[in-house]
Amino acid sequence: MKIRKKARYVDLSLCNACGECANVCPVTKPDEYQMGLSSRRAIYIPFPQAVPCSYILNMDDCLGNNPIACGKCIEVCEKKAINYDDRDEIVTREVGSIIVAIGLDVYDPTEMDEYGYTRFDNVITSMEFERLICAGGPTAGHFVRPSDHQRPKRIGFIQCVGSRNPKIGRPYCSNICCMNTIKDTLLLADHYPDVENVVFYQDIRAFGKSFEDMFQRSKEAGTRYIRGLPGDVEEDPETGNLTVTVENTTGGQLERHELDMLVLSVGVQPPKDLAKISGLLTLSKTSDGFFMESHPKLKPVDAPTRGVHFAGFCEAPKDIKDSVCQAGAAASRAGALLNAGQIQIEAITSRIDIEACMKCGLCAKVCPYGAIVWEKGQPAVVIEAACAGCGACGATCQFGAITMRHFTDDQLLAQVRAVLADDPQDKVFVFACNWCSYAGGDMAGISRIRYPSTNRVVRTMCSARVSEEMVLEAFRCGAPVVLVSGCHYADCHYINANRQTVKRMQRLWNTLEKAGVRPERLQLEWISAAEGQKFAKVMEQMEQLRKTVTAKEIEHAKQALKPKPKKAARAREEAAVPS
Amino acid sequence: MIVNPTDDEIRVGVFICDCGLNIAGAVDCAAVTDYAETLPDVVCAVRNKYTCADPGQNKIKDAIQQHRLNRVVVASCTPRQHEPTFRQCVREAGLNPYLMEMANLREHCSWVHPGDWDGATRKAKDLVASAVARARFLQPQEELTVPVTRAAMVIGGGVAGIEAAIELGDAGHKVVLVEKQPSIGGIMAQLDKTYPTMDCSI
Repeated sequence: MKIRKKARYVDLSLCNACGECANVCPVTKPDEYQMGLSSRRAIYIPFPQAVPCSYILNMDDCLGNNPIACGKCIEVCEKKAINYDDRDEIVTREVGSIIVAIGLDVYDPTEMDEYGYTRFDNVITSMEFERLICAGGPTAGHFVRPSDHQRPKRIGFIQCVGSRNPKIGRPYCSNICCMNTIKDTLLLADHYPDVENVVFYQDIRAFGKSFEDMFQRSKEAGTRYIRGLPGDVEEDPETGNLTVTVENTTGGQLERHELDMLVLSVGVQPPKDLAKISGLLTLSKTSDGFFMESHPKLKPVDAPTRGVHFAGFCEAPKDIKDSVCQAGAAASRAGALLNAGQIQIEAITSRIDIEACMKCGLCAKVCPYGAIVWEKGQPAVVIEAACAGCGACGATCQFGAITMRHFTDDQLLAQVRAVLADDPQDKVFVFACNWCSYAGGDMAGISRIRYPSTNRVVRTMCSARVSEEMVLEAFRCGAPVVLVSGCHYADCHYINANRQTVKRMQRLWNTLEKAGVRPERLQLEWISAAEGQKFAKVMEQMEQLRKTVTAKEIEHAKQALKPKPKKAARAREEAAVPS
Repeated sequence: MIVNPTDDEIRVGVFICDCGLNIAGAVDCAAVTDYAETLPDVVCAVRNKYTCADPGQNKIKDAIQQHRLNRVVVASCTPRQHEPTFRQCVREAGLNPYLMEMANLREHCSWVHPGDWDGATRKAKDLVASAVARARFLQPQEELTVPVTRAAMVIGGGVAGIEAAIELGDAGHKVVLVEKQPSIGGIMAQLDKTYPTMDCSI
């Protein structure tokens, strides 16, 4: 693994965090740690308990070391810890296991304009609340409202801001916000006995150990819980007070609440870096955008990629206790692999028959792992330890020189013929990749999503394993419709092997067209492991398509796609001519 | 081509699982078993209530001995769940684990076609025929063993990442903890108190 170690411009081993540098720094910037509620300098320590306990210089904010521009921090640093010439460094580390714990992003409520987050000073988020009530915060723990720095007495909380809201594309429960608000109401009641808290909610989810007890204590402390999410918030420009209009669904009446301050209990979302990490480690996502585990019950901390495990929020919204539990489980799973010291690789790797190899080198070109070595004029050679077993090479080789162990041409063609032996006209023939589409079919099953029983799925490890010959053979056997399905284009389990699938499909569509076979009888779909519903929907569509295919069309395809004699021999001659 | 010279005769055993009523509730398992017996090279077809349980696995092992099976088809759930189970089972009976094939009668059939008894049964038969056809061409395979570098990387230094790194470190493993921010701590470090105990986050 290559890691970019970012330049700090402050030597960790020398800095004693005395803070003289920040005292002389003339730059002020919003302090990210304090949610922008106070400022920091260009050289700063993120927070007093930071680890490592060292200052850091943000070069984007810094005026520069030119004495005319500034350079004051260098002058006052007795330890000579500041180094403007520091540069990012690429560190390489070899590891046997990876735990992905990249956390979450907090929802930005700007788009939910009805709550006035950007319009009214006294509407804050629950993260800003944390900083305002904290002794280490910008107000040293004195809870004041932003507009007049006075202590608010009537404080409202709106739940599910950015959660359980399909209208804005955020249907999932963020898990933590109910309990976080309950905690906040208890904190306020503890600090200020005269406070009047009111919580607007749709459901209170207090299901964890001792959670219900906390909920009851919050109510006993005087917090009012009103079932209903406000439709509108107005501000009195004179006082900065807020009026919330809400339908109390318990009694069905419309209520107006005047408040001094409003806290939006914001939801959470997958971190923006998730896609990048996902691509690096060939991971997949669920429909909510969080990482998909290998099995929801049996392998809850394993990624489908062996040796990779999940901990914390990035797998699904969860609180601190659950994050710690999952981290322990992930460490245990990773430790088991490291202790074993070795790993068995499934015997699904490529083998090349040197005798049959025509030395064309195509297999080496399509291998996403660089596991096939080929030099002009030499037969190709597979490095078995590097082969991940997608089978793109096997489907590409025109000379039958490649055997994909455990997913051979013979095995797969036998399946095609067996499935279509009787009444092929009634069947939709499907090739599905193990990691996504086949698993998507499993997800449809686990979720009991019904679809027509006409489909017949044959599993390959990757859609790139499906050769032109296999598809054509299905049509020759009388399949009305053939579907090739794989991982979503950017999420291929084998880096980018499914690019070969696309290329092959293009060639096949051309072949069908030339042969006078309706190209749409061959379909390509990307279905992820989480998309049980999509799998069912696609099967329904395929069934509709199947019904449009006539007996005459099927018969025509059978005849028109018959293999041309001596094609293999001709291809062999052509390849033997050096280009 | 890999050739297994001892395979002068292919002998396939098919094991059809009811999975309680998970499969048998939507598929005519008796009819599928009868059908399996008619397939080429199939020498025995056995129906089980729970094939993955010990009695079910023992039936596979017994049949391998009794019928000198050299290919096994288990028609039950998704291979993504129980392929390791049945590979281990045939291994214990002396067969190379790669000589076992599965037909997915549950996730891909009974669970998605309830109420379509005939259609689901027809499909189940095809899935078994497909698995048997494939099994006839299966070859024993040897897995490659590769060493694992005894070090771990944890990406993200929030509460989950810190905890995982500490656990692995305590277990004696070398750990690289990668964090994009200047300090570890993550979002939790920004919280004041944490539920349900109201203690400090840092």
